Amino acid sequence: MSEASPAKAYGLHLGVIALLFGLSFVLPDYYHGLLARIMVLAVFAMGYNMLFGYVGLLSLGHAMFFGAGLYGAGLAIIQLGWSVPAAFAAGLACGVVLSAIIGLLALRTTGVAFMIVTMMFAQVFYLLILYFAAWTGGDQGQVVPQPARVLTFGATVLDLTNPTVRYMSALALFSVALLITLAIVRSRYGRVLVAIRENEERTKMLGFDTFSNKLSAVVISGTICAASGAAYALLFGYVGSSFASVQYSILPLLWVLLGGAATTLGPLIGTLFMYYVIDITSGYTSAYLLIVGVALILLVLFFPKGILGTIRQRWLGWLP
Amino acid sequence: MDKSKTFNLQKTGLTRRTALKGLAAGAGLAMAPGFVRYSQAQSSAPIRIGFQSHRTGIGAAYGRWYEKTTAAAIKAINDAGGINGRPVEVIIEDDGTDPGRGAEVVGKFATQHKTDIVFGTLFSHVVIGSAPAAGEAKMPYFVVSEGHHVASTKLNRYVFQPGITDVKSQIQSMAPWIAANAGKKVTQIFPDFAFGYDHRDYLPPALKAQGADVIAQIAIPPTESSFTKYFPQIPAETEVIYHVMVGPAVLTFVKELGEFYGSQRPQLFGFIDSLEAVDINSPGLEFLDGSHFWEGSPRYAQADDSAAQKAYRAAVGIDDNGAAVGDPKDVSTAAHMFGCWETLYVVKKAMEDAGYKGPEDRAKLVEATEALKEFAEGPEHPQGPKTFNGKIHQCFGIQNISKVEGGKLKVVHKTKIEDGLYEAEGDYTTQAL
Repeated sequence: MSEASPAKAYGLHLGVIALLFGLSFVLPDYYHGLLARIMVLAVFAMGYNMLFGYVGLLSLGHAMFFGAGLYGAGLAIIQLGWSVPAAFAAGLACGVVLSAIIGLLALRTTGVAFMIVTMMFAQVFYLLILYFAAWTGGDQGQVVPQPARVLTFGATVLDLTNPTVRYMSALALFSVALLITLAIVRSRYGRVLVAIRENEERTKMLGFDTFSNKLSAVVISGTICAASGAAYALLFGYVGSSFASVQYSILPLLWVLLGGAATTLGPLIGTLFMYYVIDITSGYTSAYLLIVGVALILLVLFFPKGILGTIRQRWLGWLP
Repeated sequence: MDKSKTFNLQKTGLTRRTALKGLAAGAGLAMAPGFVRYSQAQSSAPIRIGFQSHRTGIGAAYGRWYEKTTAAAIKAINDAGGINGRPVEVIIEDDGTDPGRGAEVVGKFATQHKTDIVFGTLFSHVVIGSAPAAGEAKMPYFVVSEGHHVASTKLNRYVFQPGITDVKSQIQSMAPWIAANAGKKVTQIFPDFAFGYDHRDYLPPALKAQGADVIAQIAIPPTESSFTKYFPQIPAETEVIYHVMVGPAVLTFVKELGEFYGSQRPQLFGFIDSLEAVDINSPGLEFLDGSHFWEGSPRYAQADDSAAQKAYRAAVGIDDNGAAVGDPKDVSTAAHMFGCWETLYVVKKAMEDAGYKGPEDRAKLVEATEALKEFAEGPEHPQGPKTFNGKIHQCFGIQNISKVEGGKLKVVHKTKIEDGLYEAEGDYTTQAL
C-alpha cells in the first residue's frame, strides 16, 4: 500500500466535504434531511472505526459512548436549561470521562473478552437509563424542547431546527471529525495504532507503551461517538434509550464493515449505503431486513474488505 | 393572416439556446415542491394521509390491525363522499417501531410524499421520538397511542390524540370500581419500564381518593423470563393483584402465578394490553378465569352492542370473538384499534370545519382540531361518546371493565367520562403555530 501525498489525501477529503456542501443546494427536501442525519451517524461510525479499524479492537458497546453524548447534551438542556454550546460540551465531557473509565477497565482484556466486557458495560449503561427513568425518560425518552435548540452569536440566532442550519451543522461536525481522523491516521501516533493492530507484542518490543496508546484511542473513539450523540440530541430533538441499546452498538460495526474498516471515508460510505438500502426497500416490502441481509452477504462475497477497503486493495492503494 | 397575433420566433429574437433555457426553467418549476403543492391545493386531488405504521418490530401485531382498521375507515369515508368532497388516500411507511426511524418517516411524509397529515402511531417511544420532526415540519400528527405524552403538553402544538383516552385517565377511571368491587388492599405487579411506571405513578393516588391503598409495588425487569421468585413479595393481606405485564412473557407470568396460588387467589385485575392479539383461551391462561380486565373497546361482541358498534366490527372484519372473520386464530387488538377509526373521523370533521384545501391550511387544521369539544357516540365514534380538551390535545372517553367468563370477556361495568378527567398540565394553544 503506497501512501498518498498530503495534497492528494487532504484534497480528496476536502473534495468530499465540498461535494456534501454542494449537495445541500440540489438535493430534494427529503434526501437533504436524510443526509444530515446520515452525516451525524457517519461520525458515530468514524469514532467506531478509529478503534476497530485502526487498533483492531472490536467493541460491542459503543452505543454507550453515543448514548453518553446524547444524554449528556440532551439532559443538560432538558433538566438544567443549559445553552446549546454548553450542552454539546457536556455531551463531549461525558464521552471523555466514560470512555476513559471503560478503557481503563476493558483494556485489561483482549479479543473476545474485550467484546463481551464492552457489551456488558453498555448493557449496564442502558439499564441505568431505564433505572433513572425519572431523569432520563426511560424507554420512552424525552423531547429536547424546540425553543432551546438555538445557537446565539451576538445578534445572530441560528435555529438548529431549520433544515439548512441543521444540514450545515451536521456537515461542520462531519468535516471536523473527518479531518481529525485523517490527521490522526497519517500521524506517527496513527502508525503506532496500526502497528498495535498488526502485532502488539512486536510494537511493545520496539519500546512503545501499547496500553496508553490503546487507552488514548478508546478515549478518542468514545469522544467522537459522543460528539455524534450530542449532535443527534441537539439537531433532532430526541433522547431515548433505544439509542443506547445493543442494536446501536452493532450498527456502527456494520456501517464500518460495509464501507471499509481502516479507511477514513468508509464509515460515510457504509452508513450512506445501509440507510438508502433500508429506505428504498422498506417502501416495497416489510421483509426489507431480508434484503439488507442479502445485500450484506453479496458485499462480503464481492467486497470482503468493505466497499472502500476493496477499492483500495484492488485499484487505489493510496487511499487513506 | 394577421401576423401580429402569431408568435414570431425571429421577431422575438428567441434563439435555440434561450428556448432550451426556458424549457429547462419551466420543467424545473413544474418539478419544484412549491408548484406541486399549489397544483394539488387547487384540484380535487386526494387528501393524502401518511400512516406511520408499526409493520415490523415489537409493535407489528398492533400495526397489522391498525392498518386493517384504517383501511376500513378510509373506505367508509370515501364511500360517503370523502373529505370536503375529495377522496382520501393513505400512504403507509413502516417505522420498525423505532423512534429514530419514526422521525425519518415523519420527515419522509412531509418532504417526499407531501402528505397532508401524519397519523396512526401507537408505541409511546416512537411518538415521542417522532414528535420533534412533526413540529419542525409543521405537520399535524394524529397519534393513536394511549400514552400520556400528548396530554402532558411536553410535545408540541402539532401533535394530537383525539381518538383514544390516555393511560392516566384510563387508570384513574378504573380506581372507583376496583375499590368498590375487587378490594381495598392492592398489590401492583408491573414491568420495570415506562408503560409500568404510568400505572405505578397514577394508580396509588387514584385508589387513595376512593379509600383504598396500594400496599406493595413489584417492578419486574423487562428482561425477566421467570416470575416465581417475585411472588413471595406479594403481602399476604393483598385483596387485589393489579397486573400489567406485557410482551411474550405474559403467558409464563400467568401460568406461574396460577401455580403459586392454586385455587385460593386474591382478585385479579389487569389491563388487556398484556393480551392484545392473544387468544384468551390459550393454554396457561385458565388461571385468569373470573378475573377482570380494562378494555378500551370490548374484544367480544356484547349483548347490548349498539348498531354503530356492530357496523364498525363488520366493517373492520372482526367476528363475535374479536378475531378476523374467517380466521379465528387471528385475534385482533380490539381494545385499541378503534382509535384509528375514530381519529380519522375527527380529522375529517376538523378538515371540514377548517375548510381545508391543502398543506397551506395545516395551521387552520390545528386550530380547528383544538376547537373541537365533544364527539357523540355513533357510526363515527362507535366506542362511545368523548370529550376533547383542545388545550392538551387529548380526548376522554368511557372505559370498559370486563370479566373473563367461560373463555370470553364480558363487559360488567362501563365508566363515566368524568371518572377519567384530570386537571390540565399545560396548554398547547399558547405555542406559536
